[in-house]
Amino acid sequence: MRITDFLKSRNFVVGKILTTIFCLAALISFFWTPFPVDGVDIPNKLQAPAWPYLLGTDHLGRDVLSMIMAGARVSIAVAVLAVGIGMLVGVPLGLAAAANKGKLLDEIIMRGNDLVFAFPSLVIAILITAIFGASAVNAIIAIGIFNIPVFARITRGGALSLWERDYILSARVAGKSSTRISLEHILPNVMNLLIVQGTIQFSLGILAEAGLSFVGLGVQPPIPSWGRMLAESQTLIYTSPYLALFPGMAILLTVLGLNLMGDGLRDLFDPKLREARR
Amino acid sequence: MKQYFRSAALTTAVLLAGGVSLAHADSVTVGLQLEPPHLDPTSAAAGAIDQVVYSNVFEGLTRFYGDGSVNPGLAKSWQVSDDGLVWTFNLQEGVKFHDGTSFEASDVVFSLDRARAEESTNAQKALFSTIASVEAIDDQTVQITLSEKNGNLLFNLAWGDAVIVAPESIENIKTNPIGTGAFKFADWVQGDAITLERNAQYWGTPAHLEGATFKFISEPSAALNAMMAGDLDAFMGFPAPENLALFEADPRFNVLVGSTEGETILSTNNKMPPFDDVRVRKALAHAIDRQAIIDGAMFGYGTPIGTHFAPHNPDYVDQTANSDYNPEKARALLAEAGLGDGFTTTLKLPPPSYARRGGEIIAAQLRDVGIETEITNLEWAQWLEEVFRGKDYGLTIVSHTEPFDIGIYARPDYYFQYENADFQELIAELGAVSEPEKRSELIAAAQKTLSDDYVNGYLFQLAMLSVADSRLEGLWVNAPTQASDLTSVRWMK
Amino acid sequence: MLRYFIKKIQSLALSLLVASLVIFVAVEVVPGDPASFMLGINAQPETIAALREQLGLNVSLWERYFTWLTGMLQGDFGTSYTYRTPVAEMIQDRMVISLPLAVYALVLSTLIAFPAGILAATKRGSATDTSVMGVTQLGIAIPNFWFAMLMVVVFAINLRWFSAGGFPRGGWGDSFADYMAAMKALTLPAIALALPQASILARVMRSSLLDTLTEDYIRTARAKGLSKRQTLWRHALRNALIPVLTIIGLQFAFLLAGGIIIEKIFFLPGLGQLIFQAITQRDLIVVESVVMLLVFAVIIVNFTVDLAYGLADPRLRSGK
Repeated sequence: MRITDFLKSRNFVVGKILTTIFCLAALISFFWTPFPVDGVDIPNKLQAPAWPYLLGTDHLGRDVLSMIMAGARVSIAVAVLAVGIGMLVGVPLGLAAAANKGKLLDEIIMRGNDLVFAFPSLVIAILITAIFGASAVNAIIAIGIFNIPVFARITRGGALSLWERDYILSARVAGKSSTRISLEHILPNVMNLLIVQGTIQFSLGILAEAGLSFVGLGVQPPIPSWGRMLAESQTLIYTSPYLALFPGMAILLTVLGLNLMGDGLRDLFDPKLREARR
Repeated sequence: MKQYFRSAALTTAVLLAGGVSLAHADSVTVGLQLEPPHLDPTSAAAGAIDQVVYSNVFEGLTRFYGDGSVNPGLAKSWQVSDDGLVWTFNLQEGVKFHDGTSFEASDVVFSLDRARAEESTNAQKALFSTIASVEAIDDQTVQITLSEKNGNLLFNLAWGDAVIVAPESIENIKTNPIGTGAFKFADWVQGDAITLERNAQYWGTPAHLEGATFKFISEPSAALNAMMAGDLDAFMGFPAPENLALFEADPRFNVLVGSTEGETILSTNNKMPPFDDVRVRKALAHAIDRQAIIDGAMFGYGTPIGTHFAPHNPDYVDQTANSDYNPEKARALLAEAGLGDGFTTTLKLPPPSYARRGGEIIAAQLRDVGIETEITNLEWAQWLEEVFRGKDYGLTIVSHTEPFDIGIYARPDYYFQYENADFQELIAELGAVSEPEKRSELIAAAQKTLSDDYVNGYLFQLAMLSVADSRLEGLWVNAPTQASDLTSVRWMK
Repeated sequence: MLRYFIKKIQSLALSLLVASLVIFVAVEVVPGDPASFMLGINAQPETIAALREQLGLNVSLWERYFTWLTGMLQGDFGTSYTYRTPVAEMIQDRMVISLPLAVYALVLSTLIAFPAGILAATKRGSATDTSVMGVTQLGIAIPNFWFAMLMVVVFAINLRWFSAGGFPRGGWGDSFADYMAAMKALTLPAIALALPQASILARVMRSSLLDTLTEDYIRTARAKGLSKRQTLWRHALRNALIPVLTIIGLQFAFLLAGGIIIEKIFFLPGLGQLIFQAITQRDLIVVESVVMLLVFAVIIVNFTVDLAYGLADPRLRSGK
């Protein structure tokens, strides 16, 4: 299978389209939404989907389509930043652990990893927001913390096998420090792994943000978020089911898009799997 | 033959119908939003405790009825001395606690002394502050001596915080409450439900119900679903007003709309600039469209108020015109105060939906006149810490549900930080007066003062919204105090 | 061997100790005082002080930590601030719901994932494979709380097959009917929890099987004349099971706490609800103990998995 064939593969294309749609919606929402996102308009509350409110209005008369567009922005921002935290902290830790394999540093990092993994993430996220208050920043931190061990582990795993390669050994013999080797030779070669994992963590981040917002601990009003829209729709589900339908679909499709893309990327980067596909 | 079949069918139908109602006839399952932390109403503020035990399990010397009136409870009658300082209460006879011990004057002395003691954790200690001593004259007579005249004594004694408990059972009162009421505590599955059963030895009119289960459902959506699915017979204080139309349209349900003592207000930090300027507070008042808030947050349920007083009280003075919706005027006032370009403040919102939704609406209305708000949603514990005790807030929305609580404005350390010597004097005077006419006059003056000072944004009187099976009768429609008095509830035959 | 075991035990104990310290410190800095929360807005300062004294909140942080820690070692988790009942009892009450719910969800997820994963792997590349994998993609992407909401509307409100939530007062009871009622109450929540887990598990199952199917010994077995089906059941499946069982172990630990939002939707009084309530009521000792318990569960599962790997692989045993 050639790369060009692959890029045409159904999963990847579907994933790319879905992801692009939501990223575009988020971008456009910075400049334009059909209605003001926080435009409370009580006389027009709970309008069913129809022109001019294509996806209807919520209990405060706000346009659902506008809120979903702006909500994409929040979801994407929180998830991207959480992945960023995970990479920024996790990747150096993983590189350091691999470079010091079997030594105390490696042991400490890996034990620390296991410890973070052992904590129930959602419960801790709730605790964190209870401690520091509910806000987007704290949601990012809470989700980001649990991304750290993921990236540390995957980096270490990838790096360990690279350290046994000949060209690394020769670089070592040539007197390069292990930090330089890690940055110059190891990091570029684990990048593929990181991108694939990054996509997956990105989609998990969107789900986590939705969950936190659903219990009221994500970004605060009047900034809309998909999870909070769903939470607010719960009591209106009999009379205005569309309020529960659209934000849920938005989450589902975004996460699905990212996962399909991630799978596609993994197949692309992983020669062994490509072989297996043949 | 045909006739026979018809009558047989009819009998079956009647039997079936009877069977259905029989299954219901002896007990109810009532939904409540908040679970009590424990069951001692005399050592915590949680209204959730009273919601379960008030009048059902525990009784006081006097008691509230559903219409808000104060009536004899464990005291059948009383006399007061001419100087108004010595009150003599004659107690009901033949009253037994649920553990079989008898109720006597010594229990009253014990309960009131315990509530007002130094180390007491009673949340409403102020209710007892004018009591100098409580003595048992004989088994059936108690004498309360006051340090100063108190026109509110009978009212104060009707609160859930003043119920009579027994020294014999006090140690385990939090998990096994022993009172004198028409229901006995039976079981508590923490996090889920509390069960009461009828007290066969009740001294007064016995309850119709054999038993009652209070089920705690904090999520509005879960409350809705549980009612809809028929898991509950009633829900007192239904948390989702948007669903009442749904229930009204359904013949299975009755919607009860009453009043509470909850003045829902946009509390304002009177010491924090720019709110220390009365013009800014006045601008706030005119920027707010109460009807939009009632429609948007409460789906139309609630009565607009213009001061801190319950509209169903005969002494209420309508001050809403004093702070009518007028954004133009609000902008002008802000400009006059030197804030023509607007300003930014914090709006901290506790969990109830009136606050969360009302907050979003108010934020939009304030933005319209140039005031930006940063909304923070808080849990109650955080709200108490930051807003109520820390006074670290600009604006907040909360419903003050204590009955007749206008006196809080006389406390300069209260979280509004409102300091007005004239007002404090008014309240002090009110405490010492018992002539009804004079009292009305003082109460009216106090309401006007608050309204003219624009201390807080006065939004609406919280409605008491309950949903019940349409065959259930006798539930309180109003909430003069937080209670779900089931003593006269029954299934209609 | 014994040395390996002792080393593992040591690191287990250290992990637990560090975890307990982290939890305690994290929870104790939560703003909000349990006493003032319990007494509400009209309480006077001296009343709050009296209650703090009663709750034992006036001793130093370290003293409280050691009391808590030594208590836990003896199975005593302390007394809840708000309910005034032993925390251990409360946890026990909630476990009656959370544990069966986790098991139920796990069983459902396994029952769905195994056949789906095996089917997809054996028919790799076929339409069956594609559609199974498509469904699992959806299952992973769907937010389980949204799925739960939709199920309530359809199955509880419209069809009335299940109640909208709650747990029968009889609990698991004595009779078969009681037992069925309890199972029924847990069915929708278990499905909501199981769906994403099943999807993940099915994918792991499939890829793990595919991996083993390409291993040399499988090829050898095939060459020896074993039928495709025989190789699958005798060799491939057994070897593919190791990563799958690891995932199942972790999923179980996750499900114990992972139901927190699902429990909220179905108002099930389980561990998740307990911790939620305790956080809002600032019942710190309950929060600490439940989180510790959940962490304990995960660490033990990891430990067991580790140990199993170690036993299976002599290189690991001597290497570290």
